[in-house]
Amino acid sequence: MSKILSIVERAYHGTLEEQDDTILWMSHILKNAGADISVLLRSNAVNYAVRGQDASGITIGGVPLSNPPKLDEDVQSLVGAGVDTYVVREDVEDRGINESELVEGITLVGRDGLADLFDAHDAIWHW
Amino acid sequence: MANYLLIESRDPFEYGDTRYMYDMAADLARKGNNVTLFLIQNGVLVTRPGVRSNPLNHLFQQGQDIRVFADEFSLRERGIPPTPLVGGVEVADVDFLVDLLAEEDTKALWH
Amino acid sequence: MATITIALMDPPYEAETTTTAMRIMDAAVRKGHQVNIFAYEGAVNLTMKDQEAHPNPVKGTTAEEEDHPSSSRFIAGLLATEQVDWINCGLCVDERGAGNWIDGARRGAPADFFAWTQESTNTLVIGTK
Repeated sequence: MSKILSIVERAYHGTLEEQDDTILWMSHILKNAGADISVLLRSNAVNYAVRGQDASGITIGGVPLSNPPKLDEDVQSLVGAGVDTYVVREDVEDRGINESELVEGITLVGRDGLADLFDAHDAIWHW
Repeated sequence: MANYLLIESRDPFEYGDTRYMYDMAADLARKGNNVTLFLIQNGVLVTRPGVRSNPLNHLFQQGQDIRVFADEFSLRERGIPPTPLVGGVEVADVDFLVDLLAEEDTKALWH
Repeated sequence: MATITIALMDPPYEAETTTTAMRIMDAAVRKGHQVNIFAYEGAVNLTMKDQEAHPNPVKGTTAEEEDHPSSSRFIAGLLATEQVDWINCGLCVDERGAGNWIDGARRGAPADFFAWTQESTNTLVIGTK
């Protein structure tokens, strides 16, 4: 089975459904289906790994969004499911995010380490 | 050593991190991989001579053995003559891109 | 001949990636390759059956004179070659009410995409930006 690196960089697709981000969701689905998949968060998607996100409280036209996305929990869930999950260290630092704010179990990788990470996988899915 | 096909559809004028793919191309080549960079859509905007702070020039200056192609249609669509392009860029079409995709053991990335 | 699997996310008429992806599909088919398409999120709208050509009021031309091909018309041509297998993500279809599509496309799930990737020569993921 090929080893897949799924790269997420576009972040916050909208808050209309619990499955945003849809690529995190798909990566988890594929892990459950038996895929050997890792996830790399880069660019703005590194913010998905920040603890304490809260997208609750949206009501539009009297219709509440009962199950908003919980992206930090989704990332934590990926880690818990055994998905090796990485964030790009410089992208974290550029955004003023402290390493201590990140969910547990996530691995920071420097930009100069990305080539090694690519080489360690058979396929790169750059969403 | 692996074959990498990096397809860059973005340009440095609209996006802030376009150096990313150029740096990846250089880093992967530096490790001994066989790297092809295929510019398409607005990715070809860097092929005009005279582009300021051109990430393509920065890539070439690193001296890595990387083949760089620009999609013929994307050039024509933007009124960019196929010659002269920034040194080292070759013109190709999607048929050629498909040939690259059809090669076994090639890691293809779209950005 | 190779088998190339492509994942798409953009809806029609929003991004050049849609056109590029269809150009790649066309080139692959002409070269005799098998092409698998997994349409995810907005890309499920590419195959909607009710797409219609429209006139161009700026030019004063009719729909017939414009002969404006829709994405589904292009894709129908690709599907007719029988070298293209097209799956629309079922959950994405449901939340968009996008279930009325052209003949040849079928409903599926990420697991189908994964299965394709394991048997393909290559996989190209084209996300949305």
